[in-house]
Amino acid sequence: MSQQPRTLYEKVWHDHVVSRRDDGTSLIWIDRHLIHEVTTPQAFEGLRIAGRRLRRPDLTLAVPDHNVPTRDRRLPNPDPESTTQLAMLESNCAEFGVELIDIHAAEQGIVHVIGPEQGFTLPGLTIVCGDSHTATHGAFGALAFGIGTSEIEHVFATQTLLLRQAKTMEVRVTGTLGFSVTAKDVALAIIGRLGTAGGTGYVVEYTGEVIRDLSIEGRMTVCNMAIEGGARSGMVAPDEKTFAYLRGRPRAPTGARWDAAVAYWRTLPSDAGAAYDATLTIDGSEIAPQVTWGTSPEDVVPITGRVPAPDSFADAGKRDAALRSLAYMDLAPGTRLQDVAVENVFIGSCTNSRIEDLRAAAAVAKGRHIASNIRQALVVPGSGLVKRQAEAEGLDRIFTEAGFDWREPGCSMCLSMNPDRVPAGERCASTSNRNFVGRQGPGARTHLLSPAMAAAAAVTGRLTDVRELMG
Amino acid sequence: MRPFTTLRSKAVPLIQDNVDTDAIIPSREMKSVSKDGLADGLFAGWRYLDAAARIPDPDFVLNKPQYDGAQILLGGANFGCGSSREHAVWALAEYGFRAVIADGFSPIFRGNCVRNGLLPIVLDPRPLAGVDGELDIDLAAQTVRAGDAIWHFDIDAEGKMMLAEGLDPIALTLRLAAAIDAHERADRAAHAWAWNVLPEARR
Repeated sequence: MSQQPRTLYEKVWHDHVVSRRDDGTSLIWIDRHLIHEVTTPQAFEGLRIAGRRLRRPDLTLAVPDHNVPTRDRRLPNPDPESTTQLAMLESNCAEFGVELIDIHAAEQGIVHVIGPEQGFTLPGLTIVCGDSHTATHGAFGALAFGIGTSEIEHVFATQTLLLRQAKTMEVRVTGTLGFSVTAKDVALAIIGRLGTAGGTGYVVEYTGEVIRDLSIEGRMTVCNMAIEGGARSGMVAPDEKTFAYLRGRPRAPTGARWDAAVAYWRTLPSDAGAAYDATLTIDGSEIAPQVTWGTSPEDVVPITGRVPAPDSFADAGKRDAALRSLAYMDLAPGTRLQDVAVENVFIGSCTNSRIEDLRAAAAVAKGRHIASNIRQALVVPGSGLVKRQAEAEGLDRIFTEAGFDWREPGCSMCLSMNPDRVPAGERCASTSNRNFVGRQGPGARTHLLSPAMAAAAAVTGRLTDVRELMG
Repeated sequence: MRPFTTLRSKAVPLIQDNVDTDAIIPSREMKSVSKDGLADGLFAGWRYLDAAARIPDPDFVLNKPQYDGAQILLGGANFGCGSSREHAVWALAEYGFRAVIADGFSPIFRGNCVRNGLLPIVLDPRPLAGVDGELDIDLAAQTVRAGDAIWHFDIDAEGKMMLAEGLDPIALTLRLAAAIDAHERADRAAHAWAWNVLPEARR
């Protein structure tokens, strides 16, 4: 019996169908559910009101990350509302039997950093979380996506979700990356080509030599930003690197089960000849370090570029958006990005807070000092384990000697839900994922870039081509 | 959830692309642990001159008196993009909106809408923005009318059903409990490795 060639996504989807319905939707089994403090209180409350139990607490793992202060954890949280959300997560987990990695645990960190780190994330699984950056886990060949709170409650009660099978898009990045060009630059370059809604309705599979050559951390960075291109999930086929990363992780299978898992994982990559509904090919050797100029992640140019003129956009909606963006960002068309001064630098977030990111930033910071116009330069590791590893490598000292602030793990300045903010009217060179109006604080102006580029901006005080510093 | 049948209302034009959920409700406004009390934070970054003091910006479209009581919001492309926060939908619904008509929606936002009685309609909003008076939305007929003018819209069957019936999707899924149990048993047998979730020391 010959079977039609299938994509990675189609294989994972197929193995999770509980029931197909006449309206074209399917009930899909969910293998792993990650939860945090912000999007779950109403879902737990829904269970309580309906008198429902949480079906599989053992497949659910909780960690606080969005609201946690990144300074000394022994001090009281300055924000009473955050304190309430954090306390609710603890009491809800206790009531429904969900394991919680609490704020003082060595393993605490950003939900999308700890999932893989703990081996909770595995290839071929369906993984959900009430957070749009759940696509991060797709770097392992899992089908991972963000859900709303009603869907969280649905997963709590049934361990399933009602979904319609997505279309598939292959984003193929060919060739090899240039000097100081990183996974973040790849992610931003893809969004620049695709646009913020280009991936809507698709699951993206990232392929090509550049993706193969990326580390697991780098693949996570690329998949993390799938949603910024409109796709709810991004995936990379699992390979030997994936298995090597996972082997021996605390929650990964062991012994005969590990062998069975690897045997299954080897069947997951897309078959030769499998068809995608759409394909985008990008020459990786042509990607330069990227930086955003506007208030949408698609507003991205190479660091050697200039702020575009709104008139240069053919589409009226884009012209309009560019005018509003430039007013908010206080930038004039034609300005060289390298002439833009910044007052804040943020190295962290679920996009870029893993050990490789900190090493890349430290390589730039080493032996240099932040510029005199920099008011805040935060380095926020993605987890307690990343922090410990970085300290063992001496990266913390490189950062502190260079004038950076070395913090406790959390979402930090990515989204201004905790004390870390960018003041109104100031700019931030940020390794996070969103440059939306007000994202890093009311009136904050965000420029998205890679960890090495963020460190370069910190030491020069302006957006800088890291290749000139490191060449 | 209140079923959606028909709606007659004025429409507020906020026709710009990529209105993200951080704009609809900034993270600082969603620290509540309930679904209520979010309307005040709706579009807080745009609606107020001073968000902390809640001083309204008279130039923001929602603050213009001619749109008082409007239950339809008109948006551009990729409406509701960004964060998965359902608070954005709760805030829109609590403020009084029952439908959003836009060029397109981000899928997570759209899914959150149909689970909360907020009808997402994909249509070019520009002709509707020019209508003087009220619009009539009929979900069963999948139409928007203004006087003699009529526009048809498409909506997927499951979203339409959730809105029209106001049904609890969890109760619907639990009718398939036997199939869920069967899948779980079969998966435990076929993929035992996927069921080791505890750290090894505690297995």
